[in-house]
Amino acid sequence: MLRLIAGLEDTSSGHINIDGNDARVLPPAKRGLAMAFQSYALYPHMSVRKNIAFPMRMAGIDEATQKAKIDAAATALNLTDYLDRKLGQLSGGQRQRVAIGRAIVREPSAFLFDEPLSNLDAALRVGMRLEIMEHHKKLQTTMVYVTHDQVEAMTMADKIVVLQAGGIKQVGSPLELYHAPRNKFVAGFIGSPKMNLIEGAEAAKHNATTIGIRPEHLGVSKTEGLWKGRVGVAEHLGSDTFIHVHDTGLMDMMTVRITGDIEARHGDTIYLTPDMDQLHRFDAQGLRIA
Amino acid sequence: MARAITTQKKVMWTALAWAFGLTMFFPILWTFRTSFKTEAAAISDPPVWFFFDWTLENYVDVQARSNYPKALMNSIIISVGSTFLGILIAVPAAWSMAFVPGRKTKDVLLWMLSTKMLPAVGVLYPLVLLAKWLGVMDSRILLVVVLMLINLPIIVWMLYTYFREIPGEILEAARMDGAGLKAEILYVLTPMALPGIASTVLLNIILAWNEAFWTILLTTVNAAPLTSFSAPEGLFYAKLSAASMMAIAPILVMGWFSQKQLVRGLTFGAVK
Repeated sequence: MLRLIAGLEDTSSGHINIDGNDARVLPPAKRGLAMAFQSYALYPHMSVRKNIAFPMRMAGIDEATQKAKIDAAATALNLTDYLDRKLGQLSGGQRQRVAIGRAIVREPSAFLFDEPLSNLDAALRVGMRLEIMEHHKKLQTTMVYVTHDQVEAMTMADKIVVLQAGGIKQVGSPLELYHAPRNKFVAGFIGSPKMNLIEGAEAAKHNATTIGIRPEHLGVSKTEGLWKGRVGVAEHLGSDTFIHVHDTGLMDMMTVRITGDIEARHGDTIYLTPDMDQLHRFDAQGLRIA
Repeated sequence: MARAITTQKKVMWTALAWAFGLTMFFPILWTFRTSFKTEAAAISDPPVWFFFDWTLENYVDVQARSNYPKALMNSIIISVGSTFLGILIAVPAAWSMAFVPGRKTKDVLLWMLSTKMLPAVGVLYPLVLLAKWLGVMDSRILLVVVLMLINLPIIVWMLYTYFREIPGEILEAARMDGAGLKAEILYVLTPMALPGIASTVLLNIILAWNEAFWTILLTTVNAAPLTSFSAPEGLFYAKLSAASMMAIAPILVMGWFSQKQLVRGLTFGAVK
């Protein structure tokens, strides 16, 4: 989809409007968009400075303006010391910054990001995520950001469009998607750990084919509760504890998220009680029942 | 785990490699040696190996009887000219085949290669007649064009394989950055493919330099390059050898200095 918006692929049906104009007939360069690729797609034979300057050079902007813009972008992206280096001498995060720099200097009407952080290691990803959001706030420019990482989607987006196999599953703010997923796919995709989806008799009690309850909306007790199960693996994160519960008779493995540290040994019997207000109901087609 | 390589094996392989190398080099060595002999010594049977009276008279003779600088100049113009003309045509061709392939791209590539299987004699008459009709027989421009056409399939193929190694996303990025087709090829693709283009150029200069069939048949005096310079006239082995040495010396020296590029060019893409 990003490639269609960018104009790198031809549109067979539908409309693409950029700033109110039909963009379908425009070549990529004329759409006023900037794209950051997963592979960075920088020009390996050029220095950092030349990479950032390239779009301006193509636009025929004079040298002095180019230099001013490069310096501004480099300062914003902490690249000032690297401007004359070759790309081979940069780390992954720095390369991604160069790619963003190249996008910024064009002053586009929208940025397109194609999984820009997926090639970075976890720590760097969080850092770059914050940086991109920081730039977003400063530039106040629309960003279309494609990601498979639901944490990135939740933390960065004003509006999320969940796509599955080319079809739109839901459009909404992160919290809308979290609190009222329109179907099972969105319910399972948004939130970590994943929502527990229960089918069968227990669901029928609530007049639904499937009911969903998020791990954080389950109460835990060692003595009493609605559902009974056996503790499997417990993951202690310090701030939270994830308990994987077996033998509930409801689904293969249920996940519970408890705030703080709780003692749960492998094999212990455990009782779970869902917060009924937070129960999600889905029909046979997997659609939400209001 | 590293394979154990015994000294014995090493010696064996080294000896074998040298044997192959020397066998391939032998004709050149023979010619080199003969070029310093007198005509009588050159045809003596059994041949004298190294202990003969070394003489430079063949070189002087050949020089006196013909125009070496002119032939050298022709060779350079024809080989370099045809190669660069070929590159100029092949870069856009290879670009389109590598980055916007159609359904028939593979077929076109194979068809181009198949023209190399066509016996050259098959197109000799049409070509000669055409050249005569155009009045370009024995001209450098004719040879530049003909040799360019002969080697074009190879140039396109080589560039195609190099271009395929370049990630398409970088070209797409260039397009997003506002580069038109010309800028994309000139500022992004060509610099990135430069090592590949360089080895293609080198290989094709050598191919064009050594091309004898067309250069001998389509030239007489004016455009004759070094290949026809060393074409035999009577039984003068020593003079012929001297002429051959003079013909291959420039390309031999060039090959020597560009060995690295050439090997890289020929094995490119095989190991990754």
